Amino acid sequence: MSDKVKVTIDGITVEVEPGTSILNAARQIGGDIVPPAMCYYSKLEGSGGKCRTCLVKVSKGSEKDPRPMPKLLASCRTTVMDGMEVQNITSPEVLEARKGVVEILLINHPLDCPVCDQAGECHLQDLSYEHGVGKTRYEFERRTFDKIDIGDKIQLHMTRCILCYRCVYTADQLTNKREHGILGRGDASEISTYIEKAIDNDFSGNVIDVCPVGALTDKTFRFKNRVWFTKPVDAHRDCPTCSGKVTLWFKGEEVLRVTARKDQYGEVEEFICNTCRYDKKKTSDWVIEGPRHISNKSVISSNHYETLKPLPVIKPNLALQAANKEEFERAIKN
Amino acid sequence: MARKLLFENINIPGIDTFEVYRKNGGYRAVEKAIKTMSSDDIVEEVKKSGLRGRGGAGFPTGMKWSFLAKPEGKARYLVCNGDESEPGTFKDRYLMTYIPHLLIEGMIVSSYALGANTSYIYLRGEMMPQIRILEKAIAEARNAGFLGKNILGSGYDLELYVQPGGGAYICGEETALIESLEGKRGNPRIKPPFPAISGLYGCPTVVNNVESIAAVVPIINDGGDEYAKVGIGRSTGTKLISASGNLVKPGVYEIELGLSVEDFIYSDEYCGGIANGKKLKAVVPGGSSVPILPANLILKTVNGEKRLMSYESLSDGGFATGSMLGSGGFIAFDEDQCIVRNTWNYSRFYHHESCGQCSPCREGTGWMEKVLHRLEYGHGKLSDLDLLVDVAKKIEGNTICPLGDAAAWPVASAIRHFRDEFEWHVTNPKEAMERNYGLAKYADPLPKLEEV
Repeated sequence: MSDKVKVTIDGITVEVEPGTSILNAARQIGGDIVPPAMCYYSKLEGSGGKCRTCLVKVSKGSEKDPRPMPKLLASCRTTVMDGMEVQNITSPEVLEARKGVVEILLINHPLDCPVCDQAGECHLQDLSYEHGVGKTRYEFERRTFDKIDIGDKIQLHMTRCILCYRCVYTADQLTNKREHGILGRGDASEISTYIEKAIDNDFSGNVIDVCPVGALTDKTFRFKNRVWFTKPVDAHRDCPTCSGKVTLWFKGEEVLRVTARKDQYGEVEEFICNTCRYDKKKTSDWVIEGPRHISNKSVISSNHYETLKPLPVIKPNLALQAANKEEFERAIKN
Repeated sequence: MARKLLFENINIPGIDTFEVYRKNGGYRAVEKAIKTMSSDDIVEEVKKSGLRGRGGAGFPTGMKWSFLAKPEGKARYLVCNGDESEPGTFKDRYLMTYIPHLLIEGMIVSSYALGANTSYIYLRGEMMPQIRILEKAIAEARNAGFLGKNILGSGYDLELYVQPGGGAYICGEETALIESLEGKRGNPRIKPPFPAISGLYGCPTVVNNVESIAAVVPIINDGGDEYAKVGIGRSTGTKLISASGNLVKPGVYEIELGLSVEDFIYSDEYCGGIANGKKLKAVVPGGSSVPILPANLILKTVNGEKRLMSYESLSDGGFATGSMLGSGGFIAFDEDQCIVRNTWNYSRFYHHESCGQCSPCREGTGWMEKVLHRLEYGHGKLSDLDLLVDVAKKIEGNTICPLGDAAAWPVASAIRHFRDEFEWHVTNPKEAMERNYGLAKYADPLPKLEEV
């Protein structure tokens, strides 16, 4: 027990393993105090630190060195120290900075949500809805790129990209050879393969799942349907290359799309192979497990009724329950 | 004549060759260090000297060295940061061109102090002549037994390499430099871990500016205490200042820290005043990324004291009325220069040089550049000024590396001190295209501070 470190985030204290990042400590508490993350992906090594939406204020460095940190820190890449005190939503400075980051992320985003396949499950949509402002002050032409086909199954629409680098890490870490990366510098940088070379790999389709926005889309699903009209169902099959655990997205009796299962932070539970993703689109290919639970805040679960369950870490902890009481009530009311 | 430590022998013909350099007391520091001192002695001596990093941040070099982790069985590296790309700064290039052996000598002593057996000099790719000069100097030093295996029979080995970069401002940031040196895309790393723990190839690494490394030579020759006597307060030693802009005699000067700014601009020993008999309007005292100051604030601090060329005095007054010594890129503007255009020009540079890794800098620098372009070409609005200040605030401090700060400071400070001129550009767009705002009140004596 003694090797765990204590960290207080917005007044809620939690004990975590040493080496945990502030963001992951906050995720163990759960609720509103979890900083949003656009680029951090717990399953990808080295990700994070780029989008700056998860900035937090460290008001007390640690028990040994209680000085506050001079700057706001990216919580996804800062490890906790014993006795650290962190302010997220209780600090106006953090909220102000986050608002700025959201505005800055959106200035070159096309905001073509009405025709974007990601709409409804887009992290940038959620982020700007929760943390952004209604109006932009940017009055210039937005940066645009041509669409690029990466192979016959994936389309890259760089205009929508927020350069989170998640797909770069995915391509790096799930495949044997690096196949795409960043070209250019500054706001002219773009995700690309070497001269539009197709990504040829069994797991390449996962770059679609990790993309927080609609920059990488599944060509077998493009313009087929809006995600909130489809019904997510968990299913599995015996797959020789991957775990075969997926979510099927039904429209009527037709499987429109297959994705990996995503948790509440939009991170996939297990990466799936391209065969499962693109080629198995018949219900008879799969063993259905049951409906996929989607957060009741998501547009996908509108008209689906679910009652809120407290997060597992909160269940046995009365102090946390008391601290999050208001939030529970609010969530249940919705 | 002020004391010179680095450029004492700069005017001796042929000082760039090994023989002449050696004849004039060169490589004494290597002999002294390797034969009579332990590596800890050298670090101690550098700490005593109070030498502060000459690359811009002004972090004490001795402290930086003592933070270097020394795990068993892992190599340590010293990397010299010669990626001098700050607009207005050209001191390192001058040093490397005319007295390359000083840098080589400093590199040998510093590497010995840090226990590094392989050291790199990372140069900006555009500095091809300097790369050749340094490579020749390294070959000469190796010939004389100051480099390679078993230096001066001490059993200490050192290999020194010159590595040209691709020519990116961002590679002057130490972790981006390390990435670039490793052959990767020059993106700054997220700290921690700091390079002193895990730097080049995951090994403990120290990255120092060219001038900091060169300054180790006089420190070892004369002793740290002697070096600390030069200068003022915590700003010890001498500093190379690259003076440019509307000066009678622009160029690289070695000054004792603590010289007054007024003397530096107007005395004949240094810049000799403003060119063509014009008046001084503004100064950027430490390279393009530090806040710009109007003439009245650069000569005197807000308390009415003389402003000196030192880390403390230039930053007196914080960002409200002060600036920074930075890397010593002293740029003077006369009354005919347009601050709006200049700010746009700087902003364009940072927009072009942003690496694009983290969002505030990638998008924010471009945004600022576009707004400033609009202001300069007479399409601006009064609300743009507050917008710029706000965007600068959103970038500053929220980025991975200091490039975001460097992009935000010049814009924020220009608007802080020259708001009239920006407003004039908005209200008189046609006139602003034809003539400059002029000196206005920027050189007027400061109002007396009211007693509180």
